[in-house]
Amino acid sequence: MKLSGAQMVIEALKREGVEAVFGYPGGKVLDLFDHLYNSELAYYMSRHEQGAIHAADGYARVTGKPGVIFTTSGPGATNLVTGIANAYMDSVPLVVFTGQVATSLIGTDSFQEADIFGITLPITKHNYLVTSVEELPRIIREAFHLASTGRPGPVLIDLPTDVQSAVSDFSYPTEVRIPGYNPTVIGHPGQINRAAKAIARAKKPVLYAGGGVIISGASELLRQLAEKAEIPVATTLMGIGSFPGDHSLSLGMLGMHGTYWANMAVTEADLIIAVGARFDDRVTGKLSSFAREAKIIHIDIDPAEIGKNVTADIPIVGDVKNILSELLKKAAEKKHAKWLARIAAWRKDCPLHYDMKADGHIPPQYVIEAIYEATGGEAIIATEVGQHQMWAVQYYLYKRPRTLITSGGLGTMGYGLPAAIGAQIAAPQETVFCIAGDGSIQMNIQELATAVAYNLPVKIAIINNGYLGMVRQWQEIFYQKRYAAVCLEKSPDFVKLAEAFGALGLRAEKTAEVVPAISKALSVPGPVVIDFCVRPEENVYPMVPPNRGIDEMIRGDIR
Amino acid sequence: MKHILAVLVENKPGVLVRVAGLFARRGFNIESLAVGKTKDPGISRMTIEVDADEKTLEQMIKQLNKLINVLKISNLTLEPSVDRELVLIKVKAPTSSWAEIQQIVETFRAKIIDVSLDSLIIEVTGNEEKLQAIELLLSHYGILELVRTGKVALLRGSKTIQNGEVKK
Repeated sequence: MKLSGAQMVIEALKREGVEAVFGYPGGKVLDLFDHLYNSELAYYMSRHEQGAIHAADGYARVTGKPGVIFTTSGPGATNLVTGIANAYMDSVPLVVFTGQVATSLIGTDSFQEADIFGITLPITKHNYLVTSVEELPRIIREAFHLASTGRPGPVLIDLPTDVQSAVSDFSYPTEVRIPGYNPTVIGHPGQINRAAKAIARAKKPVLYAGGGVIISGASELLRQLAEKAEIPVATTLMGIGSFPGDHSLSLGMLGMHGTYWANMAVTEADLIIAVGARFDDRVTGKLSSFAREAKIIHIDIDPAEIGKNVTADIPIVGDVKNILSELLKKAAEKKHAKWLARIAAWRKDCPLHYDMKADGHIPPQYVIEAIYEATGGEAIIATEVGQHQMWAVQYYLYKRPRTLITSGGLGTMGYGLPAAIGAQIAAPQETVFCIAGDGSIQMNIQELATAVAYNLPVKIAIINNGYLGMVRQWQEIFYQKRYAAVCLEKSPDFVKLAEAFGALGLRAEKTAEVVPAISKALSVPGPVVIDFCVRPEENVYPMVPPNRGIDEMIRGDIR
Repeated sequence: MKHILAVLVENKPGVLVRVAGLFARRGFNIESLAVGKTKDPGISRMTIEVDADEKTLEQMIKQLNKLINVLKISNLTLEPSVDRELVLIKVKAPTSSWAEIQQIVETFRAKIIDVSLDSLIIEVTGNEEKLQAIELLLSHYGILELVRTGKVALLRGSKTIQNGEVKK
């Protein structure tokens, strides 16, 4: 069968089982969009390329399948950079197609030319500049394979216009042969045995679960292992949802804004079982104090993560699901009543807490709790980045994997709204909330038009405190309240803004208005923006100050 | 400690920049780098000399392995190996100094490959020590310019570094 390069892309997407394409057109992808127009692929046009890639990312996190993006060359491609870096940090599978100027013009500073191949070298798992149409089917096959296997990540394919229009024989390879790519999947049996023995010996074990558990589809195995050996589970931000938040063995999140009891448990533990996690600095605080009493088992598919930040006593490279299933067979049944009692005492000593009445303002944490109550903890929550993000993980208990969609590694403000859009497209039947701050929502607010255009019933809760709250919190604590460039008093009226976009806008200014506003939003079939005017100077606690051990938390006032 | 890594890579556009970029952004230092095709034209061999402690070296190798175009990495420092580097040195040399320089060149089994009335170009191959020694001696006459190829190295004996199916 003879096809043009652009036709090949569409044909390959069908063979890869792609159902939705996100993107934004332009001069160097006219062929590609022309064939998309004829195809049965669902197509979602954003209002900014960054919106398209975050939506594809949200879609990928909900479905576990690669998100696919088409954009044009030059600015279309460079507008993707944040989204690519974001996906790379959080190991999200994406296949990104960018248009490029014709091969004869590459390197001449031609109109809308940017070296997106060079620009994205450090932020993609792999990338390609296609120079002949003959290699295109193989490259697309490789790209999907690389994006979705091993440690997933974004893969970019830069497609010059002449390659899109050139015609060649098309046969889509069924097998992939990439000699330099061979991820270790099966864990070393000897190491798994050693891990099982360490678990049997441990008196104060903690499971430290990261995003790898979710990616690998190992949540059920994690729960079984935790229950069998009675091991409490602390999760990273990316690991939230890998273990039911309402489970009696759940410690919640650990790290900078982790729970007091999770951080204390990790600090006193005699065994840490890190599963699909990478000992990020937001988790460990000062490295030399982290889990200083513990032997460390580190399970991860990426060998480079093992030994990078923390030396593992028992490293196990491989797929988390595979390893946990072996470990579950070998792990002894155990009870740790004394250890769990100690943790329960910490929990009692310093629970998550906030002041309901202090100043008549709505406490931001209360809004999150109200959303939790209203959705029964069953919604998909996409967040922006900042204080509201931390409250959204402290005060909402996630029961299932792939229900918290958040920018962990890169911390991208502007991620939440488009990611919620992608999540809603991936799961049309589910309730999707975007929990945002008044700062971050303004970073990709134009995507409200996308939600309206496709009638996606995303509920956008703006936790509006009039500040870039997280930065303000740091300035309050570490810079003597010198609030440099964090006040957002000239923000737009979010209710009118929502209406201007064609969405419903609601506002809650008093605590009593919070629940009715959420109920109203849930009863409306389309997108809704709720502006929650919350206490302006509330802080996120506990908080581990920079360069301190995670047991050295600022606990906040306990009233 | 200094290590010499032999890195087999696919001979594709952008591979050198992937490797160099990785070293730069992760803060790894390259002492020297030499690259060329192997007997299989689809595969190039990079010889990378690095100065790194154990932990950094381990990260370096693991991160290199993550590059899709990298096929195999061997640390030649861990096994008996030979390494050589070629240097071209342009020395300030009025005819009056030619005889002396000629003697140095012979002692080091180097070669004079270009002659002008006030300068000579000397080609010398060897290991680090030898190159340092001749450079020191020639600096006495005034080195005008110097260019090095970077080290290349092979394992001693009949053992070779081949690209297997699996690189890790």
